[in-house]
Amino acid sequence: MSSYNIKEMMSKPERLAPGHRMCAGCGATIGVRAVLRALHEGDHAVIANATGCLEVSSFMYPYTAWEDSYIHNAFENAGATLSGVETAYKALKKRGKLSKEETYKFIAFGGDGGTYDIGFQSLSGAMERGHDMVYVCYDNGAYMNTGIQRSSATPMFADTTTTPAGKQSDGKMQNRKDLASIIADHDVAYVGQSTFTLNFNDLHRKAEKAIYTEGASFLNIMTPCPRGWRYNTEDIMEICKLAVETCYWPMFEVDHGTWNLTYEPKKKLPIEDFLRAQGRFKHLFKPGNEHLIEQFQAEVDRRWEDLLYKCNR
Amino acid sequence: MARKDRMSGNEAVSYAIRQINPDVMPAFPITPSTEIPQMVSSYIANGEVDTEFIPVESEHSAMSAAIGSEAAGARTLTATSSAGLALMWEELLLAASNRMPITLALVNRTLSGPININCDHSDGMGARDTGWIQIYAENNQEAYDNFIQAYPIAENAKVHLPIMICQDGFITSHAVENIELLEDEEVKNFVGEYEPEEFLLNPGKPIAVGPYSVTNYAMEAKKNQEIALENSKEVILQVAKEFEKISGRSYGLFEEYKTEDADYIMLLIGSAAGTAKQAVDDLRAQGKKAGVIKLRVFRPFPANELAQALKNAKAVAIMDRTESYNGNGGPLGSEVTAGLFRNKVMVETVNYIYGLAGRDFTVQEVYDIFAELEECMENGKELEQFKYIGLRK
Repeated sequence: MSSYNIKEMMSKPERLAPGHRMCAGCGATIGVRAVLRALHEGDHAVIANATGCLEVSSFMYPYTAWEDSYIHNAFENAGATLSGVETAYKALKKRGKLSKEETYKFIAFGGDGGTYDIGFQSLSGAMERGHDMVYVCYDNGAYMNTGIQRSSATPMFADTTTTPAGKQSDGKMQNRKDLASIIADHDVAYVGQSTFTLNFNDLHRKAEKAIYTEGASFLNIMTPCPRGWRYNTEDIMEICKLAVETCYWPMFEVDHGTWNLTYEPKKKLPIEDFLRAQGRFKHLFKPGNEHLIEQFQAEVDRRWEDLLYKCNR
Repeated sequence: MARKDRMSGNEAVSYAIRQINPDVMPAFPITPSTEIPQMVSSYIANGEVDTEFIPVESEHSAMSAAIGSEAAGARTLTATSSAGLALMWEELLLAASNRMPITLALVNRTLSGPININCDHSDGMGARDTGWIQIYAENNQEAYDNFIQAYPIAENAKVHLPIMICQDGFITSHAVENIELLEDEEVKNFVGEYEPEEFLLNPGKPIAVGPYSVTNYAMEAKKNQEIALENSKEVILQVAKEFEKISGRSYGLFEEYKTEDADYIMLLIGSAAGTAKQAVDDLRAQGKKAGVIKLRVFRPFPANELAQALKNAKAVAIMDRTESYNGNGGPLGSEVTAGLFRNKVMVETVNYIYGLAGRDFTVQEVYDIFAELEECMENGKELEQFKYIGLRK
C-alpha cells in the first residue's frame, strides 16, 4: 500500500469530472472521488452504478462525467451486472482478446436503497461468488433520489417522507440494518466501513485495500445528504466527525475474516451531539422525548460493545 | 460433412453451444431448460469448452450479468423458461434497448398460476414486446439450426439486438429425435468471431452504457431500436440462405405446407405444426384442400408476408398456445388479423386457444377444426371468432 499524503492525493487527476448535476455539498460524489483516487495510475476501471441520484446526475445523455468505462443497468442489479463485466474480463483475457498488460479494476456504486434493499440479493450473490470486484455503498440513509423515503439503512426515529414524525409517530420505528457486518458474514475477502474524517486517510486506505485485494470486497461509506438530513451544507465534515466520535458510525474493517477497529474515539461523545445538528431528528429534542434519545443511545452502545468484542478489544 | 445422431432438443441446443464456445454464460436453473446450463457446465468441467459460467442466484441476475458481460465485449448467452423469463422481464427490455446481441435459449413453459411445468407459449408471448427477436422451432433439428443462426443475426451491425431461440418444453426439449449435426469447424466458421465496435473493456476507448435520457433524446433511441428490429427481418433471411449452403436445410420467416391451393389453412407456432401436418396429409388423401403455415419468426412479426400467404384461403384457423386475457383472443390472433386488415385481405378467421399448460393437441382436433371451418363456410354459417379447443367436457 502506498503512503498517504493528502495534498498529493487531492492533486491526482479526477476520474469523476466536474459538471455533473449532483447537489452542492452532496456526500455521494465526495465518496466516489475518494474511492477513485485509490486507483493506481495506469490501471483502467469499469464502474457499475445502480439507479439513483448518482446515476441520473452523472450520465445524462449525451454527457458523461465518468473518465472510465461505465455501465448503468437498473436499480437492483449493480452487483450482478458488474459480476458479468468481471467475468467477461476473465474470458477475454484467457482467450487473448485483451492484452496481458492491460489491468482493469471493477467498482460498483449504489446508494443504500440499491444496496441494502432492492439490490440486496444481487449484491449477496455477487459477493458469495467471489468476483474480483468492489461494491461501494454510498450510504446516506434513505431513498434520496425519490424524495427521502426510509430505507433499511435509515436510523431509528429519523423523520422521512414515509416515516414522518407526527402526533402518532416518532419517525422510523426500526433500527438500521448493519449491512457491513452482513456482508462480512459472507466471508468475502475484504469489508471496510468509513466516512469523511481523518483527512480521508482511513477511507483512502480502505478503498485501496478493497480495490487491490483479490476477490470480492465491500465498502460502506456514510455519505451525508444535506437535503435529507437537513443540516447546513457546509457542515458535512463536522457531521461526519460527530457520527464517528459518538460511535454512531464506527470505522472498522474485516480483512479475510479478521475484524479490526480502525479508529477509536478518545472520548465517546453522547449521541445527542450527532442528532442535534440534523433536522430529521428535531422532534427528538422536544420536551418529553428524552426517552427516545436514551433508547437511541442504548442501541449505539450495544452495537459498539458488540463491535469491540468482534475486534477482540 | 453432416453427422446423423439422435438427441433431445435440450441436448441439441447444448451441442450447438459447445460448437460455438461462447465467452460467458450466466444462468439459473428452471424446468424444463435446466439441462442446458447443466450440459454446458459438464462441457466446461470436461474441458470441451472454455466458456465462463456464472452460477447466478436468480434469472434477474442472469440477464443482468449477461448485459454486463455483453457490454464488456464478450459473446454471451443464457437459458431459461417460464417464471425465469418473467423474472428477467425488466432486464429483457434493457438488453434490447442497450442493443446487446445476447442469445437466450427459451424452453417454453406455461406461466403460473396454477403452477405447472409443461409447455405453452405464455412465457415467450409475455415477452413479445420487449424488443427481442423471437424464433420458434418445430422440432429438435430446428432448435439446433436456429441456435446456430442466432449470433450471426443478433450481432449483425444493422441489427444489434438480443435474440430468443424458442422450443417447446418437454415436447421437443426432452423428446429424443433423429438429428443431423454439422461439424464443429463448419459451425465455428459460420458463427465467426465476435468483434463488437464499442465495448467496456476497450483500453484507450472507454464508453458509458445505460444513460439517463431526457425527453429530447429518448424517443429517437426508441425509434432507432424499432428500425433495428425491422432490419433484422432481412438479416434473418440472409443468414438462413447462408445456413442452407452449409446444411442443405432452408428456412424463412414461416413455412408453408401444402398451402398453394388450400381453401383452409391452419396457422400455428412450434411443435404442434408436426401434428397439424400429419392431419393435413390425411385430409389431402381424402381430397380436402387443407394446409398449414408454421410461423418461425414471431419478432419481427411478418404481418404483410402472412397476409399474402393467407389471401386466397376461404378461412384460417389461427392457433394460439397462450391466453392473452384481453377477452378477445390470443396474441397471434390479434396480430394476424390486424395484418390481414391492413393488407385488405378479408379472409374469415377463427382464433383457437389450444394446448395450455401441456394439454395434448391431437390429430383429431386438427380434423375437427378443419371440419368446422369447412362446414361453416359451405353452409354460410357465422364463425365464432375466438374459442378454446381441447377443454375437458
